[in-house]
Amino acid sequence: MTSRLRLVVIAGGLILLLAAPILAQLTGSAGLLGLANRIAIYAIAAVSLDLILGYGALVSFGHAMFFGLGGYAVGIVAFHTAAGEPLFGWSGSNAALIVWPLALVACALLAAIVGALSLKTSGVQFIMITLAFAQMVFFVLVSLQSYGGDDGLLLDRRNTLPFIDLSRPTTFYYVCVAMLIGWTAFCSRIVNSRFGLVLQALRQSERRSINLGVDPFPFRLAAFVISAVGTGLAGVLWANYARFVSPDMAVWSKSGEFIAIVVLGGLGTLLGPIAGAAVFIALEQLLSIWTEHWMIVMGPILTLVALFGRRGLAGRLFGERNG
Amino acid sequence: MNRSAFTRRMIVASLASAATIPMMQSAFAQAGANAPVTIGFITTLSTPAGYIGEDIRAGFQLALTDGKLGGVPVILAVEDDALKPANAKQAADRLIQSGVKLFTGVNFSNVLAAVVPGVLESGGYYVSLNPGPSSFAGERCHRNYFVASYQNDAFHEAAGLSANRLGYKRVALLAPNYQAGRDALEGFKRTFKGEIVGEIYTKLDQTDFSVELARVRSLAPEAIYQFHPGGAGINFAKQYANAGLGKSIPMLIPAFSMDAHMVGATGDAADGIYASALWTPEATNPASKAFVDAFRKAYSRTPTMYAQQAYDTANLIGSALKAVNGDIGKQDEFRKALLAAQFTAVRGKFSFGPNQHPVQDYYLTKFEKRPSGEIVQTIVRKIAEDYGDAYAAQCKLN
Amino acid sequence: MILFVEQALNGLQYGSMLFLLASGLTLIFGIMGVINLTHGAFYMVGAYCAAFAVLSTGSFLVGIAAALIGAGLYAVLVEVAVVQWLYRRDHLYQVLATLGLILFTNEAVSMIFGRRPPLMDIPSFLQGSVPLLPGLDYPLMRVAFIVTGALVAIGLWLLVNHTRVGMLIRAGADDREMVDALGVDIRRLYTLVFGLGGALCGLAGVMAAPLLAIEIGMGERVLITTFVVIVVGGVGSVRGALVGALLVGMVDSLGRAYIPQLLLLSLPATTADTLGAGLVSASIYLLMAIVLLVRPNGLLPARG
Repeated sequence: MTSRLRLVVIAGGLILLLAAPILAQLTGSAGLLGLANRIAIYAIAAVSLDLILGYGALVSFGHAMFFGLGGYAVGIVAFHTAAGEPLFGWSGSNAALIVWPLALVACALLAAIVGALSLKTSGVQFIMITLAFAQMVFFVLVSLQSYGGDDGLLLDRRNTLPFIDLSRPTTFYYVCVAMLIGWTAFCSRIVNSRFGLVLQALRQSERRSINLGVDPFPFRLAAFVISAVGTGLAGVLWANYARFVSPDMAVWSKSGEFIAIVVLGGLGTLLGPIAGAAVFIALEQLLSIWTEHWMIVMGPILTLVALFGRRGLAGRLFGERNG
Repeated sequence: MNRSAFTRRMIVASLASAATIPMMQSAFAQAGANAPVTIGFITTLSTPAGYIGEDIRAGFQLALTDGKLGGVPVILAVEDDALKPANAKQAADRLIQSGVKLFTGVNFSNVLAAVVPGVLESGGYYVSLNPGPSSFAGERCHRNYFVASYQNDAFHEAAGLSANRLGYKRVALLAPNYQAGRDALEGFKRTFKGEIVGEIYTKLDQTDFSVELARVRSLAPEAIYQFHPGGAGINFAKQYANAGLGKSIPMLIPAFSMDAHMVGATGDAADGIYASALWTPEATNPASKAFVDAFRKAYSRTPTMYAQQAYDTANLIGSALKAVNGDIGKQDEFRKALLAAQFTAVRGKFSFGPNQHPVQDYYLTKFEKRPSGEIVQTIVRKIAEDYGDAYAAQCKLN
Repeated sequence: MILFVEQALNGLQYGSMLFLLASGLTLIFGIMGVINLTHGAFYMVGAYCAAFAVLSTGSFLVGIAAALIGAGLYAVLVEVAVVQWLYRRDHLYQVLATLGLILFTNEAVSMIFGRRPPLMDIPSFLQGSVPLLPGLDYPLMRVAFIVTGALVAIGLWLLVNHTRVGMLIRAGADDREMVDALGVDIRRLYTLVFGLGGALCGLAGVMAAPLLAIEIGMGERVLITTFVVIVVGGVGSVRGALVGALLVGMVDSLGRAYIPQLLLLSLPATTADTLGAGLVSASIYLLMAIVLLVRPNGLLPARG
């Protein structure tokens, strides 16, 4: 019964995602497509964060740094390409197939360094040290004078793909949705692999796993890096969606927002965070249209979710673990 | 508020922002005269800087009579950007897609930089009522982009001229370490003729300036020039006075480092500060007096310079709407009408330079304590007449 | 030399402000295991209460009382209404719940008090400067701040080491389950500690208010630095909070005073400028990263 319901919900969500542009067209509200696109992008970041938050119990309070770095990698390359100033002798490129992997490699490198250092700690110290690194990244971005400093950087146009015209909003949206589906499938493969099982075993009882001869460090580091790459991908897509990057992308409250989305959707469920992103962003939009004091409603909602939503929105449906 | 009112308001609001605008646009686009013109008004209403957006909106609305601007009915589509460029850009894209052609309202340079390119690409107009960043003033000037306030460097250049006029030879400079801060100090140095004894950059979000004040004292300049907007500006002024520096080393600032709103939170510590400005509530020309009286009557507070600029911008737009009788589809005529600037500016003289940025007068003003205890910003003297900006020459319009 | 002493005093003053905030936060974390992001909001509530009390009565002492009571009561309210349900839960839920409370508090304060920062002047008996050394006049308000920090440190030391409540606090920080097992009314102790932490934030708020703009969001600006302090010092220990606060205060102040100048001696001006600014901004986070890498539990952790 539950598994059937689960399938229905997944199928329903998928149809909703795929039909969003048509709905936008039918209702004539141009904002709807943008809203759906933002949801798809945030969902990629949320799924990635859930990988370490839900399955690894590594509470990173600094994931916005990867979101920011992914975006800035796209922005900086575009800036040099447009201005005709070579970057380390490279004349730049607008091709997504070159720029995007480059951005993801940058995120992976940063994550490897930050992860290697941060994983020496655990618990509240881990939360705080990831926050500290994110703050450092934030201040570096603010101090990048030639890339606009805190004013951010505007992109003249989106990256290009062969045969696919990313400058069309609907096309770009479907690319984001495809990325979301692909990435979620990849993550769920990981979770159910031996690697993922070890990760979850470490979460449940670190001591027992160590006694069994498992060294937790490489597993956790690998998970951290994968999660960072996914968040970086969201940053890359965001930079292309908004055609604008700013240090705001790496601000600490953005990390908090990501955590909120994951918990809202259901920790350790992968699909839950997608629902979480949809609800969070739609709610933010609706409330801010309703009143400029929207935070007076949004704040208590987050608090209530933390208090009562032990398993998030979708926890009961997709959950294999308890909150 | 009961629940049905809650939902009703929500529905009305979302309809207004998303669905009704395109319908109105398409229905009235051909109608020409008497069709309301929608003005995209993106500004900062939440966050601590929200008071600026409130004053901007209040100043703009004060210029409307019965919902009409220059005799043409207008609809203000107000959107809060929460001081986030990305939010502003989304709001702008949404409005552009629903057919809005005329935009204003943004109060920060970084937000403006995110909004303007999209508006111009879509063939729309942007009339800035506050920031005028250098990036759009020179080579990247645009025939549909007008700045009705000031070019960002102008206050700093006027401050440099003021320092010359006040006879200061040795000045120390302080600003937060980000783009606007660095631009501020560059602008000051462009016109200041004396010696710069120190340039001190403060941290973003810094609230305590004791360390920097100790350095100022050790440098012993004749005066300082500092630029810290918002809360940081209040903090700086309070701590400067508390450190006893206010009495010995005069402070010079650009107008937006101490607006009418900040004076209230700074108190006596503001006494004796010099500021370069376009206008103060104490200005004596009739248009200004009428504006200040009307604003105080409508909102029971003293307008800030932001409200004044918004009011002037609204009247500028009104003059151009009147000239085309509300049909902003007549592109050449609408542009020409804006450029002509046929309106009575509260600040006094106003015209556009070749890059469609203002050419106007700047003043040296001083904050002084009245016997009643009230702190007012009085005009000391005119410091620059018919002053344009340094970027106009790089702009190849017309 | 005089300048160096003055800058060190500035560091000390900043440190004592951080100590007022961090001591409560570290106790809350040490005893209840709760990450309380709302802590900065208590500081803001204290500053607003003080400002409006002073505006209506003109007395700074009333302002102090209002700040202590206002922030303390708000903290108790937060504990009773929200935080008490989160003691046994994952840190994640605590972060989310208290993040929500920050948004709520900011918006509520702006709706109640308005967006205009209220004015709070320096009380007349704390105006002006005192000569501490020949050639060094230091503002009395800042001296008072340092003295307040020192008094609170002594007071907390007495409380923790020489009272029954203190014994429970120590026991709680060492072994939560044991205090539970003792059958002590642990709920009351928790609420009390939360209220105490809030009141200390209120004290920091009222002392900072005459020197700062009292505005929405002022709490978040100090919140992260406060977390840096308790993590550097070692969570759960008041001693750690004191050491951490002084260290962070000094590193930040002396860094701002001297890093740009030191770099100028060895590097070209533009490089030194950019690098200096970055280092100054990141100095306390660097400090925290280094401390954690060398001593993952901080300098003086409560639990060994």
